[in-house]
Amino acid sequence: MSLLRQSRNILSNLKAKSLAKRLMHFKFEPDNPSTNLGPTENMNYLKALTNAMDISLENDPTAIIFGEDVAFGGVFRCTVGLREKYGSDRVFNTPLCEQGIVGFGIGAAVAGSTAIAEIQFADYILPAFDQIVNEAAKYRYRSGGLFECGKLTIRTPCGAVGHGALYHSQTPEAYFAHSTGLKVVIPRSPIQAKGLLLACIRDDNPCIFLEPKILYRAAEEEVPVGDYTLPLSQAEVLREGSDVTLIGYGTQIHVLKEVAELAAKDGISCEVIDLVTILPWDADTVCTSVSKTGRCVITHESPVTGGFAGEVAATIQKECFLNLEAPVERVCGYDTPFPHVLEPFFMPDKWRCLQAVKNVVNY
Amino acid sequence: MSYNATAKFLQRVLCKQPLGVRTYSVEATFPIKPIDTHKLENTPATEVQINKDDAISYYTKMQIIRRMELKADQLYKQKIIRGFCHLYDGQEACCAGIEASLTPKDDVITAYRAHGWAYIRGVPVCNILAELFGRKLGCAKGKGGSMHMYSKNFYGGNGIVGAQVPLGAGIAFAHKYRNSDTVTVACYGDGAANQGQIFESFNMSQLWKLPAIFVCENNRYGMGTSVERASASTDYFTRGDYIPGLRVDGMDVLAVREATRFAKEHAVKEGPILMELVTYRYHGHSMSDPGTSYRTRDEVKEIRQNLDPIMNFREKIISAGFVTKQDVATIDAEVKQHVENETAKALASTEPDFDQIACDIYVTDTPLSIRSCNIYNQLHHQPSV
Ligand SMILES: Cc1ncc(C[n+]2csc(CCOP(=O)(O)OP(=O)(O)O)c2C)c(N)n1
Ligand SMILES: [Mg+2]
Repeated sequence: MSLLRQSRNILSNLKAKSLAKRLMHFKFEPDNPSTNLGPTENMNYLKALTNAMDISLENDPTAIIFGEDVAFGGVFRCTVGLREKYGSDRVFNTPLCEQGIVGFGIGAAVAGSTAIAEIQFADYILPAFDQIVNEAAKYRYRSGGLFECGKLTIRTPCGAVGHGALYHSQTPEAYFAHSTGLKVVIPRSPIQAKGLLLACIRDDNPCIFLEPKILYRAAEEEVPVGDYTLPLSQAEVLREGSDVTLIGYGTQIHVLKEVAELAAKDGISCEVIDLVTILPWDADTVCTSVSKTGRCVITHESPVTGGFAGEVAATIQKECFLNLEAPVERVCGYDTPFPHVLEPFFMPDKWRCLQAVKNVVNY
Repeated sequence: MSYNATAKFLQRVLCKQPLGVRTYSVEATFPIKPIDTHKLENTPATEVQINKDDAISYYTKMQIIRRMELKADQLYKQKIIRGFCHLYDGQEACCAGIEASLTPKDDVITAYRAHGWAYIRGVPVCNILAELFGRKLGCAKGKGGSMHMYSKNFYGGNGIVGAQVPLGAGIAFAHKYRNSDTVTVACYGDGAANQGQIFESFNMSQLWKLPAIFVCENNRYGMGTSVERASASTDYFTRGDYIPGLRVDGMDVLAVREATRFAKEHAVKEGPILMELVTYRYHGHSMSDPGTSYRTRDEVKEIRQNLDPIMNFREKIISAGFVTKQDVATIDAEVKQHVENETAKALASTEPDFDQIACDIYVTDTPLSIRSCNIYNQLHHQPSV
């Protein structure tokens, strides 16, 4: 009887899983880890993050992790097991008060702790906006270099998942891109997530670490088990091509990789670039590529107006003006709130991106 | 259902009672658990009187909310409802008791656990369920989903924890400005009670003596965190410091009604007051939380058995001689049928049209085109349709 129920549960879980996969607007293709990073283990995005935090707590006795429900593993299970391993004075729950959480983190960081704060959803980082923009980003400047909170890292899950609607889907990178003094990072994969999180934690500037939460379980890779960091402010050319440069970050990278495949069938050769870091961003890699291809499509999930693609496009038109064969195209979310059941129409999916590729090629 | 429709529905329930109904008693007095007070000289009553019609109405409404939430649970499991969905079962006496002491002209604003509140403020079950499904018939045209419930004098339905409370103070200011004898009820949870905005609201309200009732629905947990783990003081009714407060049995609709009557009188005459309703949520925080890792099954079971707001009230109205067991069974069956019918209506509705993505953003006479890259659809910001 219970066996029957169990197998039924397993079946329905499987169904739900494959349904979710089918509904996803992208395919995740794992990368191969660089061989000089040593032995690897299969990890999903979540596990890679947990692993990075585990390494930080292990190697840095001043490291602390705090946020809503993180001591129990957090709503997405990113911090599972860490309180048990390192104690409740290093991994602890905060009350529900984002402004307080970030302010506390700035204080702890300026006083010498490696402060790793979790904001439960990126949509809820906005109550802490002042602390991040006015306090954290400008601490070094406004104290003439006497004080800074570089040991602060704020992790937060962002992006569309298919049913998050207005308050569980947003990616607020553009708001923070306007605040020099911060670093803003969005990793696309487990290998990247681990190396970049360790880099952010150790970087001497306050970092906002945006985690596309749809990748938490959907993305699995062979991740190096040892300690390693990946460079911030360095974009990555994931695929070389000669006709069009496709630029994105986070989940959109997986959309773009598929678009490049589709375009190749039409004889269009695409170069795909993961921006990785939004602030300060790597204009060199981007401009070198666009100077070569002469065409460019930039994409992100957040709304187009005031989005980061605008900044990238402006830089490209200045730096690559004489090489451009077509106007830069942006494929982004609409200028609307994040919709509920209409989400599929809002998303800058592969078809919209592919159309933009054709537009710039046929210009 | 509008107020009228609710009244009609209740009347139908009442009419279906057996003929013997005329011989039943029509009024009764019940003791309520003592209400703790903070900075108050007068206190609410310890006994309340209730008449039969009101009693049956409260019972029916609470039962409809319970059934509706159970239906939502079922439909969530069938994947007809997706995304975030926070259920209110266990807390029915809070909204039903408060509403019993309000008029339709009083205002209410709450957080995302809003289904029960939406119903009690006059939104028919079918419009609530349709919103959960993301269908046109939804009370927000299917554009929001679970947290997005609104109707006249009910300001929602707010997803950001604590954000609704200062809005409540602003709405209360309007009542004061108009010099009407009405109040605003601003609800928040025990977890939300730790947000800074709440204290900013308290200060403004006291400074300007606003007719606001701040209601902390203390269901003992904010997500997976129990009140002791999150709050330096769990005496939520005293946390307004200079604002008087009441701590009320939130599982007893009559206690909540009496406390609200008292609070409303105070708010209109003197200014803000805080009301902590001690209650419990049966479901997990949302549908993705089974609600078993941070509390024991026994805890939930014990509360269901001993403190259930609907079961206990049912016993009261039977013991008072308002209804027989048979009558209650009839009401329960009617309620169940009603929720089934409303579900069918909601399911028959379709998803919002694509151009709805661009409506209700700006007020504009000349449609503004929406910026994005999509060759298939040209979109325009439009006035509400
Ligand atoms: C600013 C903000 N932070 C975090 C969340 C996520 N969140 C939603 S509800 C909730 C718990 C709230 O608990 P409580 O106030 O007790 O209300 P209850 O759920 O018990 O009704 C949290 C942390 C949110 N919606 N908004
Ligand atoms: Mg609570």
